[in-house]
Amino acid sequence: MASSYQYVPEPVLVKGNHSFGSITSMVADINLRPTPTAWYLAFGAALSLLLLLFSMIAYLIWEGTGVWGLNNPVGWGWAIINFVWWVGIGHAGTLISAILFLFRQDWRTAINRFAEAMTIFAVMCAGIFPAIHVGRIWVIYWVFPIPNQMYMWPNFNSPLLWDVFAVSTYFTVSLLFWFVGLVPDLATLRDRIKGRLGKKIYGFFALGWTGSTKNWVNYEKAYMILAGLSTPLVLSVHTIVSFDFAVSLIPGWHTTIFPPYFVAGAVFSGFAMVETLMIVARKIYKTKDIMTDDHLEKMNIIIMVTGSMVGFAYIMEFFMAWYSGVEYEKFIFLQRATGTYAWAYWTMMFCNVVSPQVYWSKKLRRNVGFTFFISIVVNIGMWFERFVITVTSLSQDFLPSSWDIYTPTWVDILTYVGTFGLFFTMFLLFLRFLPMIAIAEVKSVMPQAKLDYYDDKGVLIPEKVAKETEVLV
Amino acid sequence: MSTQVVASDNKLFGILAEFENPKKLALACQRVYQTGFQKFDSYTPFPVHGLEKYQGLPESKLGWIVIVHALMGFFGALTLIVFVSYIDYPLNISGKPFLNFPAFVPVIFELTILLSAFGAVFGMFFLNDLPRHNHPLFTSERFLKVTDDKFFLCIEAEDSLFDDAMIRSLYEELDATHVENVYED
Repeated sequence: MASSYQYVPEPVLVKGNHSFGSITSMVADINLRPTPTAWYLAFGAALSLLLLLFSMIAYLIWEGTGVWGLNNPVGWGWAIINFVWWVGIGHAGTLISAILFLFRQDWRTAINRFAEAMTIFAVMCAGIFPAIHVGRIWVIYWVFPIPNQMYMWPNFNSPLLWDVFAVSTYFTVSLLFWFVGLVPDLATLRDRIKGRLGKKIYGFFALGWTGSTKNWVNYEKAYMILAGLSTPLVLSVHTIVSFDFAVSLIPGWHTTIFPPYFVAGAVFSGFAMVETLMIVARKIYKTKDIMTDDHLEKMNIIIMVTGSMVGFAYIMEFFMAWYSGVEYEKFIFLQRATGTYAWAYWTMMFCNVVSPQVYWSKKLRRNVGFTFFISIVVNIGMWFERFVITVTSLSQDFLPSSWDIYTPTWVDILTYVGTFGLFFTMFLLFLRFLPMIAIAEVKSVMPQAKLDYYDDKGVLIPEKVAKETEVLV
Repeated sequence: MSTQVVASDNKLFGILAEFENPKKLALACQRVYQTGFQKFDSYTPFPVHGLEKYQGLPESKLGWIVIVHALMGFFGALTLIVFVSYIDYPLNISGKPFLNFPAFVPVIFELTILLSAFGAVFGMFFLNDLPRHNHPLFTSERFLKVTDDKFFLCIEAEDSLFDDAMIRSLYEELDATHVENVYED
């Protein structure tokens, strides 16, 4: 037996000997510098995709849901697939901002602002699909309990209604949480920007923040409470999304494993999306000292863990189908692996179960280019997971006479492509006008921010700082 | 230490001192608190953990605001759903009971969280007197650095122990890097 045990050393959170001032200028000056030409090019591309989304929605509303590839057994197609996919991506932001905060994972400070922004924009993209798929969008307000002359109330027994409450609560709470985190950093921009208009606008949203300790005490309390509220919230949202399927009687959907399996899948795809965006952004904006390779390694470990959980669930589903003894269940799972949509099933298996296993190797975990590649593979895999679940179960239901093959139309495809326009338009605006890293939070995890690192006269003790950095480097 | 005295007709808000690191600020806060000052506050670019103890600040009351909102969310949602599905228009859906409590859990839960989050965010703004865009400290040029890398302490003129000369010598003793008077705008 090993006689001595050492903790795995924590990597230093901020690299490159930064002071508080250099952190401020590294992050805040991104917003204050003149807009780079590349930004305009990217923004133009994103806007044209957004325009595509708007025209597809307009066409859909004008013509009706018949323009989608839905048919008689397959009443749910790309709309629900895209909805679940986008909501799932959003979950990583809340996981990073709330759950990692409760677990005192200080490394989250480098990526939480970024990931929360991703959450909000992903939920916006997701929210479009349930809204437009209803057919008569002009009466969408019927989903809310609004008194009306028809005495018509929403059905509180329906998982689809739960979903309305879950997703709108999730969006609102994520937005509030994000804004609370932004207030001190907006004050930083207010105090740094030279132009009068900019000062007014940032000043307006900074609410007159002074950084007073009396305020910080309430602020930190609010932050902790919000983290505590968001943690069960994020778990509930994907649980309720999975209820849309699991509460029905369709073979392949009607299982109790769905909530945990959906939540794991959501975190899995969300972390991959954070990596995709972060690897590009930290290169362009030169923030590698804060968003370090160690962060990527930690996220890769989370991807590996959640990927394995998802893989376990895929295999467990087969076991349960067999063990249930229900013919329809057994049949649908065999069809998934060997039937018409087997190609989608095996794409999913490869992308979600096999590909993250490469991260057992430390070398690959720390390889940035490879991480970028896998992060995209994972999101393709997660899209196919939702496709497999939705389409295979519906296209071959209980009655063979009603079976039909599902294929999307060009409207389905272009609407999905268009949501990337919405996502990237919002994301580029965020990168341009808001600090992409939580400046105040990053400062608070640096060694010189901690009172313990100073002696009784208020002089920094270099040995203490060195001791930390030495283990850490 | 640099000092700056600007004559002004406006009412004096307080005397502001700048410190170079959080620990010096904490030690200054401790001294000011122990001297018996009541109306003073420190200002930092980020939350300095433990500073509130040096300053003798009580625990935040925000939790009480949130629990009240949580209860409002819980009972409000319960009342809404029971009114809608049982009292106003009971509708038989697949023979399910009208008071189908397990099915009501998700919406009640979501609304409890939603109201609590409103309580946490707006309660925090309420306790902090935000939004307040016209703080007297914003008249100080040096104070722009409070959101960057400088640490400030301000003893307000309304304090009963307030004494210009005494505070200035106290600040000097505490190693402040800059001292100035701040006037109401």
